[in-house]
Amino acid sequence: MTPSSSLDTAGAAPHGEHHDHHPNYLVDGTTIKSWLLTVDHKRIGLMFLFWVLLFFLVGGIFALLIRIELLTPGPTIMDAMTYNRTFTLHGLVMIFLFMIPAIPAVFGNFMLPLMLGAKDVAFPRLNLASLYIYLAGAVIALWGMLNGGLDTGWTFYTPYSTHTTTTVAPVLFGAFIIGFSSIATGINFIVTCHTMRAPGITWFKMPLFVWAIYATSCIQVLATPVIGLLLVLVTVENLFSFGMFDPARGGDPVLFQHLFWFYSHPAVYIMVLPAFGVMSEVVSTFSRKNIFGYRAVAYSSLGIAFVGFFAWGHHMFVSGQSTFDAGVFGVLTMLVGVFTAIKVFNWIGTVYKGAVDFKTPFAYFCGFLFFTVFGGMTGIALGTVSLDVPWHDTYFVVAHFHFIMVGATIMAFLAALHYWFPKMFGRTYHEGWGLVSAALIILGFNATFIPQFLLGNNGMPRRYYDYPERFQALNVASTAGASLLAFGFIIIALYLAYALVYGKAAGKNPWRSKGYEWQSESPPPTHNFVGPQPTFPEEPHFYVDPKKAEVPDAV
Amino acid sequence: MSELLNNLLFLPESASTFAERVDLLHHFVVVTTIVMSLGTGLAALFMFFRYRRRTPAQATEYVVPTLKTEFLFVSVPLVFFLAWFGIGFRDFTWVTTPPKDSMDVYVMGKQWMWKFSYPEGPNGVNVLHVPANRPVRLLITSRDVLHSFYVPAFRIKMDALPGRYTQIWFEATKPGTYQVLCTEYCGLSHSKMLAEVVVLPQEEYDNWIKEQRRGRLQDRQDALADTSLVPPVARMVEQGQVLAGTQGCLKCHSVDGSQHIGPTFLGMYDRVEKLDDGQQIRVDEAYITQSMMDPGAHLVSGYQNVMPTYQGKLQGPETAAIVEYIKSLRTPAVREGASEGPAYDPIQ
Ligand code: HEM
Ligand SMILES: [Cu+2]
Repeated sequence: MTPSSSLDTAGAAPHGEHHDHHPNYLVDGTTIKSWLLTVDHKRIGLMFLFWVLLFFLVGGIFALLIRIELLTPGPTIMDAMTYNRTFTLHGLVMIFLFMIPAIPAVFGNFMLPLMLGAKDVAFPRLNLASLYIYLAGAVIALWGMLNGGLDTGWTFYTPYSTHTTTTVAPVLFGAFIIGFSSIATGINFIVTCHTMRAPGITWFKMPLFVWAIYATSCIQVLATPVIGLLLVLVTVENLFSFGMFDPARGGDPVLFQHLFWFYSHPAVYIMVLPAFGVMSEVVSTFSRKNIFGYRAVAYSSLGIAFVGFFAWGHHMFVSGQSTFDAGVFGVLTMLVGVFTAIKVFNWIGTVYKGAVDFKTPFAYFCGFLFFTVFGGMTGIALGTVSLDVPWHDTYFVVAHFHFIMVGATIMAFLAALHYWFPKMFGRTYHEGWGLVSAALIILGFNATFIPQFLLGNNGMPRRYYDYPERFQALNVASTAGASLLAFGFIIIALYLAYALVYGKAAGKNPWRSKGYEWQSESPPPTHNFVGPQPTFPEEPHFYVDPKKAEVPDAV
Repeated sequence: MSELLNNLLFLPESASTFAERVDLLHHFVVVTTIVMSLGTGLAALFMFFRYRRRTPAQATEYVVPTLKTEFLFVSVPLVFFLAWFGIGFRDFTWVTTPPKDSMDVYVMGKQWMWKFSYPEGPNGVNVLHVPANRPVRLLITSRDVLHSFYVPAFRIKMDALPGRYTQIWFEATKPGTYQVLCTEYCGLSHSKMLAEVVVLPQEEYDNWIKEQRRGRLQDRQDALADTSLVPPVARMVEQGQVLAGTQGCLKCHSVDGSQHIGPTFLGMYDRVEKLDDGQQIRVDEAYITQSMMDPGAHLVSGYQNVMPTYQGKLQGPETAAIVEYIKSLRTPAVREGASEGPAYDPIQ
């Protein structure tokens, strides 16, 4: 056995016998009730996966409708009001129902306890509750969007949102409820990291994915209440004509923007930090190398989480904010970029002198690197105040946040799905199809969003139903890219569904990874490990040949 | 070189002093970004070929960065980023600080048009005339929701906030016509909220101003005939005013606020009326139309049911014109379209 683990000290019993006594979590209870009322973090993670994918599909269909509408100037397939509702629905579903929960609620839930050598998260019942809270919020918000149809965009800027005739209240209420799910998940993870680490796992022996989830959870717990408060205030203003934000009643519309971005700017890191965490695991496993600068990567997650709270004003450079404020927020924005740069350089350092196996997750890592650097640096460009003046609220911003937020997160989500697929389902997928679809997706993504950077340069504002003739060529290019992207997703759905049923048995550790989670069975038994609590004497991501290395004991 | 980059990056023509500054920094930033992202991408690819896995069980060396390496990782990007920021902030300060001798223009966004007026000159809708090579300060506000005033060719943009003025300035360098777009989502026709800036050489601009002041009859008729300039609503209001007289509405309804046989039209639109049956109703287009066609349906409390029906007497467009006329009485009249002469109306 691997010297890094004492998992199998449980006894001399061969594997087969363990299986008889400890069925894996997928088959331990097969009734509907055993799934719906489960408190097993792995089953909850899987149920989140189902819903998150469903909402991704819904958001994706609306994205395609938007792109088709923009194929030509003027009306193409829908009228202006329908278009305005469509982009609102797309944004809300993708952000609140897909991107924010995607990695933490699915892979965080599934892997965190395994990576800490724990039997479950700290509060299993709260964990189940957060799934149902999320679903309740989703149902209410979607119901509101389909009955009445919100047209404010996902940012809900006042005074438009307090004046529009469409139904704002149920959607806000739905988003408010989803926030509680986010907070509950965050608290659960934080407490789990503090109290459930197996003996031997010190803070600086936690896998980097755990670090990323920990930093994300801190943001979730601190920032989400702010948007909750804001949503309540807007609802009250809407229903009872309070004058918080409406200047016609003495309110301040810019106050809304401050409160909104005070949550929503950190929220972009809620979406992207877990992605960074996944990639740290992937790059280490597929280069078979210890992480270059483990502590720098871990600390930079905390750094991003911290300065992420002080950069919100960069969304408001042309909102009438003072020039001094613009300067302060501009500088703080630069710091976010520097923390991200530390991660990027250390990931590349990890490949250096590694032993690289170019499997599907590694292909996504390559795409991820490009999206993160380009998306991140265009973010710096936007933080360069004078350049943001023409770019703000144009397609350049749309392209920027899709590159970093969607590009990086999707790369990580797909990498995670492929990397942990054998662990979660005990089966393997077809590697050839994996690589082909990864190539398609990366290509499609660039083809969709690079033209949008150019559109923004050329001056096309975002949220435009109709546009002057001169923007058409680039819009056609972008729509063509989007269809390529959709095609890639269809292929993935097909071969993964096939693998789920017919895939070859994966075995315990098909990637020969040293990640802690691979020391359990695939799929893991209900309480994660058989026998006494495991201990982890080695650092995570430790691939050094014991004969070759004189291992320094500190980083 | 700069011209070539502008074309490659799809930048619009640059037609202001600020645009020239922005473009230089833009090139520096964008070229560095492309070099860096291709650089990291290629580095990863190179390492993949250089350090490919040879045997399934291959182990690796233990490599960790020295403090010096990490310091390099932090300081190189930081130097670049701060340099960009420094230049960008200097330019930003410049564009948010109007020179003392700049000429003022008031800009008001309204769903879904831009109104322009000069402190002591003409005002107009969707067309802004300015002289070339002269600093112009824009004082921007909104009458309803947020809008944002954006002229790509000048590389300037500033939000229009209701109840507040924001400012930005520019100095146009080339005579010509440039597009104005609204970049803050403002509802149904957000993407139709377009206008243009006409930059004239100084003499032509002076002539234009004189023409405006002379207010020749011909100009006024031209302006009214030019349907592209005057939104149809403006003409409907005039038509409705005439109709209200000829159809006899004004015999019973005043337009100055005084109560007569019927309620006054002034400020009627959007008012909440108390009805005879104790209910309340907000006066909107539907209610005004209904009151013309079936006056007794919802009687405003305190008035007799004496109004005749206009069912069959008014055609559809005529009804609409009267409704628009009543709506225009909500606030003091706003003149729309090109100026008719020396106009000193405050911006509404
Ligand atoms: C790392 C993950 C990042 C994500 C997920 C992200 C996401 C976003 C989003 C969603 C917006 C659009 C806001 C809107 O107008 O609705 C945005 C704008 C912006 N981002 Fe990022 N961003 C990230 C990184 C960065 C970085 C590293 C920087 C710079 C250091 C940056 C700077 C900006 C700036 C200045 C804007 C405002 C642009 C404008 O509104 O005109 N972002 N970002
Ligand atoms: Cu607007």
